[in-house]
Amino acid sequence: MFWTSYFLAVLALVLAWPVPVLLSRAEWPARAPFMAMVLWQAIALAGGLSMIGAMLVYGLEPIGDNLIAGLRSLTGMVLHNEPTTALGFWHLFALSAAALLSAHLVFTLLLTYVKIERQRRRHRELLALLASPSDDGPGTVVINHDSPVAYCLPGGARSVTVLSDGLMAALEPAELRAVLIHENAHLSQRHDLLLWAFAAWRQALPWFPTTRLAQVAVNSLIEMLADDVALRTESKGTLIKAIAIVASGSARPAERVSLPGTSAPDSSSEGGTLSGTGGADSPRTTASRVSRLLSPKPPLSAALRALVLAASAMLLAVPTGLLIVPGLLG
Amino acid sequence: MASLGELERAVMDLLWAGQEAATANKLRDLLAQDSAAANGIAGHQGKDLAVTTVLTVLSRLEKKGLVERERGTRPHRYQAVSSRADHTADLMHEALGSAPDREAVLARFIGSVSESEAATLRKLLGKN
Repeated sequence: MFWTSYFLAVLALVLAWPVPVLLSRAEWPARAPFMAMVLWQAIALAGGLSMIGAMLVYGLEPIGDNLIAGLRSLTGMVLHNEPTTALGFWHLFALSAAALLSAHLVFTLLLTYVKIERQRRRHRELLALLASPSDDGPGTVVINHDSPVAYCLPGGARSVTVLSDGLMAALEPAELRAVLIHENAHLSQRHDLLLWAFAAWRQALPWFPTTRLAQVAVNSLIEMLADDVALRTESKGTLIKAIAIVASGSARPAERVSLPGTSAPDSSSEGGTLSGTGGADSPRTTASRVSRLLSPKPPLSAALRALVLAASAMLLAVPTGLLIVPGLLG
Repeated sequence: MASLGELERAVMDLLWAGQEAATANKLRDLLAQDSAAANGIAGHQGKDLAVTTVLTVLSRLEKKGLVERERGTRPHRYQAVSSRADHTADLMHEALGSAPDREAVLARFIGSVSESEAATLRKLLGKN
C-alpha cells in the first residue's frame, strides 16, 4: 500500500515531465502518427490516474489494506459520522487534494466542452448568414474573403467545411480536392474529440510541461493523419503545392488587432487585420508537415509499432492494476 | 419562403444592403417584392408572409446580437449591428487566430504561419 503510492507518485512525475519532453523531441511520431497519438493519450490518462491514485492510496493507508477497502472505510466514516482519528493531517490533506483534483479535471473537461460548443454555434450561426453553399458537395460552404482560407467546423451532422473565395481562386481543382479530403479526414476521424480533450487537459494543468507539449504534438499529429488520407487519392506534389499556396497567402507579418468599423470589404491589407502570430506556442506544424512530405521517411516497422502499442497498453494497465488488483485479490 | 433560417438570411441581406433602419412592415414589403421577383408571380408568396413572422425573425436575430432596434420610435426600427464585412472579418479572425482557447473550435488546413516560414514556402513554390 505504502509502496504503491510512492510508485504511482514517481510514475506521475515521470509522465509529467521527462517522458513528454523526450517524446516531443523524437522524430519517429512523423513516421507513425497514429501510434504516436495513441501513446500521447495513454500518457495523459496514465499521468492523471497515477497523480490522483498516488494521493488516494497515501491518504487511505491507515484505514485499509488496499484502495477498495480504504474507500469502503472512508465512505463509512463520511456516512455514519465515525471518528476520523485514524487519519493524520497529511492523510486528510492528500485525500482532499485527490478529490479536488478529480473534480477540477472533470469540471474543466465539461467547461471546455461548453465553451467550444458555444463558439462553434456562434460561428455556425454567422456562417448561415454569410456563406453560400458550394458545388463541392453538401457540408461545404464558400465565404467571401480574399485570403486563401480553409477549415472545418466540427459538429456531428452539422459539420461544415469552409472555403474562401481567395482559396478557390488560388488553387487548381486537384489541389482544392486535396484540401477538401484533408478537412473531411479531420471530420470523419473525429479529431475534434482529441482537440477538445487535450485543450481541456492543458486548461486544467497549464503549468505541467506535459499538457502543453501534448497539445502541440496532437495538433501536429492530426494534420499528418489528415495529410496521409489526402495522399491516398491525390499526389504528393499536389498536396505540397496546396499547403504552400495556402500558407504563403495566409501569413501575417505581425500581430495587429482589427479595429471595428475600419474594415472595408476589399481592403488590400486584409491579411494584416487578422491577428495571431501564434507566439511561442505556435507549433511549427506547417514546416514539419512540408518537410515530412518532401523527404519522407519509411513508416515505422510493424515490430516497432507493436512496441509502441504495448507501451501504451502497459502505461494504462500498470496504474489501473496497482489501484484495483490488490483490492480484488484481498 | 420556407424555413426561419432562410428568412433570417434574407432579412440580414436587406438590412446589410439598406442604408438606414427599417421597420418590420417595410422589411415585409421588401421581402414580398423579392420573392415575387424571384417567382415571377406578383405578390403571391408575399401574402403568405405575416408581419408577425418578420418580427419573430427579427427578435431571433436580436437575440443573436446581429440586429438592434431603435427603441425611441414606434413602430420599432431595426438595423444591423455591424456590416457584413465586419462579420466576415470576425469569422476569419476566429478561423485564423491562434488564441489557445480557440484552437479546439475548428480545424484549419494551415495553422498559423510565421513570416519567415511563409518566405521559405514561397521560395519552395517558386522552384516548382
